[in-house]
Amino acid sequence: MNILFNIAVDGLAYGMVLFVIAVGLSLTLGLMRFVNLSHGAFAMVGGYCAALLMREAQWSFWLAVPAAVAATAALGAVLEASVLRHLYRRKELEQVLFTIGLSFVLIAATNALAGPQVQLIPLPPMLAGSVDLGWRTLPAQRLLVIGAGLGIAALAAWVVARTRFGIWLRAAVDHDGTASSLGIPIRVVQCASFAAGAALAGLGGILGAELMPLEPYYALKYLVLVLVVVSVGGMGSIAGSLVAAVALGLIETASKYLASDWGSLFFFLAMALLLAWRPNGLLKR
Amino acid sequence: MNTPTVLTARATPRSEAPAQPRCAPPWRAPAIVLAAGALACLLLPDQLGLLTRIFIAALLVLSLDLVVGIAGLATLGHAALFGVGAYAAGIFALKVMPDPLLGLAVGVAAGAALALASGAFLLRYQGFTFLMLTVAVAQIVLSLAQKARDWTGADDGLSGFAVAPLLGRFAFDLEGRVAAWYALAVLVLALYLLSRLMNSPFGLAVRGIHENRARMAALGTPIYGRLLAMYTVAGAVAGAAGALSAQTNAVVGLDSLSFALSAEVLVMLILGGAGRLYGAVIGTVVFTLLHHTAASINPYHWLFVVGFLLMSVVLLPPARVAAFLRRRLGGPR
Amino acid sequence: MSPLLQVEALDKRFGGLHVTRGVSFQLAAGDRLALIGPNGAGKTTLVNQISGVLRSDAGRIRLCGEDVTGLGQARRVRMGLARTFQITTLAPHLPVQRQIEMALFERQGLGAYAWRSVDDYPQLRDEARVLLARFGLLGHAATATQDLAYGEQRLIEMALALALRPKVLLLDEPMAGVPKGDGARLLSALDALPKELGVLIIEHDMDLVFRLANRIVVLAEGAVLANGTPEQIRRDPKVRAAYLGHSA
Repeated sequence: MNILFNIAVDGLAYGMVLFVIAVGLSLTLGLMRFVNLSHGAFAMVGGYCAALLMREAQWSFWLAVPAAVAATAALGAVLEASVLRHLYRRKELEQVLFTIGLSFVLIAATNALAGPQVQLIPLPPMLAGSVDLGWRTLPAQRLLVIGAGLGIAALAAWVVARTRFGIWLRAAVDHDGTASSLGIPIRVVQCASFAAGAALAGLGGILGAELMPLEPYYALKYLVLVLVVVSVGGMGSIAGSLVAAVALGLIETASKYLASDWGSLFFFLAMALLLAWRPNGLLKR
Repeated sequence: MNTPTVLTARATPRSEAPAQPRCAPPWRAPAIVLAAGALACLLLPDQLGLLTRIFIAALLVLSLDLVVGIAGLATLGHAALFGVGAYAAGIFALKVMPDPLLGLAVGVAAGAALALASGAFLLRYQGFTFLMLTVAVAQIVLSLAQKARDWTGADDGLSGFAVAPLLGRFAFDLEGRVAAWYALAVLVLALYLLSRLMNSPFGLAVRGIHENRARMAALGTPIYGRLLAMYTVAGAVAGAAGALSAQTNAVVGLDSLSFALSAEVLVMLILGGAGRLYGAVIGTVVFTLLHHTAASINPYHWLFVVGFLLMSVVLLPPARVAAFLRRRLGGPR
Repeated sequence: MSPLLQVEALDKRFGGLHVTRGVSFQLAAGDRLALIGPNGAGKTTLVNQISGVLRSDAGRIRLCGEDVTGLGQARRVRMGLARTFQITTLAPHLPVQRQIEMALFERQGLGAYAWRSVDDYPQLRDEARVLLARFGLLGHAATATQDLAYGEQRLIEMALALALRPKVLLLDEPMAGVPKGDGARLLSALDALPKELGVLIIEHDMDLVFRLANRIVVLAEGAVLANGTPEQIRRDPKVRAAYLGHSA
């Protein structure tokens, strides 16, 4: 019973981290059909910014995190506007290779700037302890992550369904040619979505720093997991990414607790079966 | 993708007959590789280990070219076909008999079998879904290898097997002479066979599928069957590379099944140019030499180099630069 | 003599959209049947169902008497059904002659042969060159398909279909996108199609239709509005009302 609860909590938290990082990539794929394998690097940059601001500049957690997220968003926007948008028309394989190359460069730069050791993000006392639910105690960090994930999912859903930007976004995903002739500023939508995705990835990197340690190879090490969530959840589907991330997070955590010598077999088996069953994404047809 | 120069225009020497397309003779590229490889082995006797690694890697990248360059299927799971051949050959040498040529055949069979089995499932999908599924298949194979500790040694690797003298006469020496010539011979033979394959009606059909599936369907081509056949051939060649690696290193590790290897061979292929077979060899040589020099300084600097190279190759693909220059210098097309 | 192509009560929906409503007609050897109708009538969707690209929801398709409704596109092609596409569908980097040879290899069942070079099949090479000469494209034999003028690419489309020696040929707007002046070679190719071939042609150009066709089927909103000789169609008031509008 204890084990199941631990699996549920850890799995949910892990899934939420994956979701927060993956949702930006899913949107980019759905909106611009752009396969961005440097997305993991944004998560890494966000985590590193927060860690360095807290350690070197002595900023508090509550200042460093938003600053780091904003910095990651800025990096994303700059990259998108200057380089990446020229690749939207290129073939998939070329996008894959270019963004892998970009990841390599970012990994090397991270090492050059901050060294190869793992970066820690010390949580403020409020979040470092445990929360008593009455019948069980939980690390507060897990609650934070789960809460943040749900909050972001709700926020993203609200933006897409209720705001003007959301309408622009949906129109552009469906048919960007028509959308632009209707006066929707496609470039703004693309750049803003990309930057938002990068920002969320950065936030995910910060939230998940305990589960996925921050070191220079982070950008590629966890990329596969994020790609899996995006492909299983379906490109451009926020709800799909959430369901896929939570499901896969639970499966991976369960397999770590119960069958650790099988490695990630069940994770990838589940992924292959889910993709084979619904190649366009869990919630699409 | 790069233009397949093997099948493009080459004007006939007589001026009256209008130009016809002609394939390059299939022995040309293998002959060049044989000459260059032999020269390298003779002139650099203390680099035979490096040369052997290059020959084996070139064979693997060649197999990837069949899938990516000719069939047009982007894959990030190719290492599985290599690793399966390596483990099969190693286990064969350990448990059955140490004859290298039989071990090579076992590796070929293992690679082909995995390609046939996984391809039958994978080729039902296309694009990004296919790419992700290749990753899944490779990771599943890796997990199984980790679990099957008794057979593969898992993290410790598979070792302790010896390889008998080649053809009963040439024992694998410490300097690596026999290993280098062995690997070179297999590479040259494979390059010849694959050049014939590429020039054949089957090769033409697969290239057609790459360029326009709807067109091939309208010609009555059984697309799934052709792609599966090509994928199986690629698996056989990758398995051969794996077997060679096991035999010349006398050890097989889990890294032979890794995602990093799958990505690395893709990079090597793109550096040399996909779709022309000899591009695979060129890319392997360039990448391995760069890695050999840069990595010894600092592994992170190596990432800088490769990262920038990759980005440049995509932004300015060599074929396009060449075509641009040709147009600038050659007048109207 | 049994008709080459029989389409019986074909029906197709895309979700709520009823795109093909109980379409039936026949094509005999030597027929030149023009399929006309306003935009959105479902002509290309119909041709996609006949060629096997789309699966119908109901109805039967018979090729030379045999039921092909459950068969895939490749099987139907091998049974003698060829088509061209409204949007040019060619392998862009292959030289023109190679593309024709590729069609010939498929026809002869040689597409799986992996040892001899494509240059080592002199009979098929000569057949390809003869076909290219007939379309006036021999000078472009070594040119990559994407480097040809659009009108010439449309000719390749047709040459590829003919290379398969089909019994039934479906032409989806062969003149689409070809500027008025460049159409001459395409027109003479259409006139020169083998006499025994059954041809179904989707076209918007009424001059071409009345010049070429011996039968016309008018499709409107997915259903057959009229089916008869050009004269009958010209005089049919329903057709005038729905489509021809101003006098033909």
